[in-house]
Amino acid sequence: MLDRVKIRDDFPMIKSEEAKGRIYLDSAATSFKPKCVIDKVMDYYTKENANIHRGDYDLSYQVSSEYEEVRKLCAEFLNAESEREIIFTNGASSSLNLVAYGYGQKFLKEGDIILSTEAEHASNILPWFKVQEVTGARIEYIPLDKEGIFDMEGYKKLLDELGDKVKVVTLAHVANVLGNIVPLKEITELAHRVGAVVVCDGAQSVPHIKTDVRDLDIDFLCFSSHKMLGPSGVGVLYGKYALLEKMDPFMLGGGSNARFDICGNILLKDPPFKFEAGTPCVEGVLGFGEAIKYLMALGMENVEKEGKELHDYFLKRMLELDNVEVYNPKSETSIITFNVKGIFAQDAASYLNSQGIAVRSGSHCAKILLNVIGVSETIRASLYLYNTKEEIDRVIEVLKDTTLEKCIGAII
Amino acid sequence: MDNNLKRDIIMDHYETPRNKRIPEGDGYFKKHMAADSCIDDITVYIKIVDGRVMDISFDGVGCTISTASTSIMTELIKGKTVGEALSVIEEYEKMLNEEDYDEDVLEEANAFDTLSKQANRISCGLIGIKGMKEILESYDK
Repeated sequence: MLDRVKIRDDFPMIKSEEAKGRIYLDSAATSFKPKCVIDKVMDYYTKENANIHRGDYDLSYQVSSEYEEVRKLCAEFLNAESEREIIFTNGASSSLNLVAYGYGQKFLKEGDIILSTEAEHASNILPWFKVQEVTGARIEYIPLDKEGIFDMEGYKKLLDELGDKVKVVTLAHVANVLGNIVPLKEITELAHRVGAVVVCDGAQSVPHIKTDVRDLDIDFLCFSSHKMLGPSGVGVLYGKYALLEKMDPFMLGGGSNARFDICGNILLKDPPFKFEAGTPCVEGVLGFGEAIKYLMALGMENVEKEGKELHDYFLKRMLELDNVEVYNPKSETSIITFNVKGIFAQDAASYLNSQGIAVRSGSHCAKILLNVIGVSETIRASLYLYNTKEEIDRVIEVLKDTTLEKCIGAII
Repeated sequence: MDNNLKRDIIMDHYETPRNKRIPEGDGYFKKHMAADSCIDDITVYIKIVDGRVMDISFDGVGCTISTASTSIMTELIKGKTVGEALSVIEEYEKMLNEEDYDEDVLEEANAFDTLSKQANRISCGLIGIKGMKEILESYDK
């Protein structure tokens, strides 16, 4: 059982005087951070400021070990085979670009197919547009139903038709607008049968559901620290080691090479180090380690189970409202996408802001999803482990009374 | 301006926007304005004859502020010379920048006299009007 009262106490953004009356429903954009994470970042600058690797003094050694400890911790968190499969990047977008560049652009060729969906975040589709342009490979879209739910039969049909031309299947475990969980294990098993690799955008799933990369058997997993209680500027690319060995780095430079000579010969280090040129966000990785510890102490099973319960309560109450249209009634985690009937999303979101409720309006970086749900502009509310039923009740009260007059009243 | 009056003006122009149509016939300058950060997407059409705004209209989708501000401004500058129209727009911009401005020329656009307090919505109040300004300035040159 998650003790939400105690949890809320750990978050300065909730506990502080200024936070009174504020309801934060934008964790899908970025989460709040617990004090242990903030303290760790501060400690790095006040107590252990040194660069990692290659320093011949205690501080550098100490911070290097801590940095590598986080890699181990992250491997444990994901049940990866080895910490060598964990690459630190600067966020999920960076991780997704790294796969598209280092694997997609290197190995795909004309006639090859990339399977994806129309619900993807820009960060998991634009890099593949580029792969398409550079290699001549082609993106095909796995069908979604009108609620944006992954169509397994449609996927199987595509795999049957296209067979081993399919080289990459890339999709979000939880889509950032729709919030439903795709059956990733089955998707991966079918993809592997035709010899394709599976790239998973875990930005919205890893913070909320237990993610076991070996059980799911996915080939690549990309996610961000800042959506799961950690600092921004840090992300992870998990990849199966054999794939990482073949893959090219996105950047070359200090720390990624073992040796190089004047003739231009470069001997790269082994993964993960060949992908980590330059000084990384050291304090961010250390803080991320604390975030992982925090989540592991709560237990991801509990985070997942109770996250779903809170989400289901929110969804149930939202569906009771006559003046609200919910676009993802089958969502399972965190995210509810909706509009107040007859009110432009941004106007309603501004009104909610005037009532202390933080939500996000727009197309949520999933611009091609418009074809599926038929509206271009929606409001997204997203929950995390520090939100409460009481907050949801308050949001429902406010939404119930949201009118165009009130929305305009909030801006004049 | 009284808040109730401001709200009524904005509601009115949002629910029944003036000059919201794609014009028929030739001779219109056209400017498409799309916001990077939101869905507002407005196209402005202006017909200028002998240095005067003979007709002005707009089309597209937008929030209350972008729709109402564009609608109000079409009424304010229709019939004015290009120079007069630009000076009305200039006063409007001053209002949004919290500078001294001439309330009298802005008429119903005074409904946005506190929009400057909503930092993330100022661009809504400018999107269509910037389009008008660009057309008028390029004509002026």
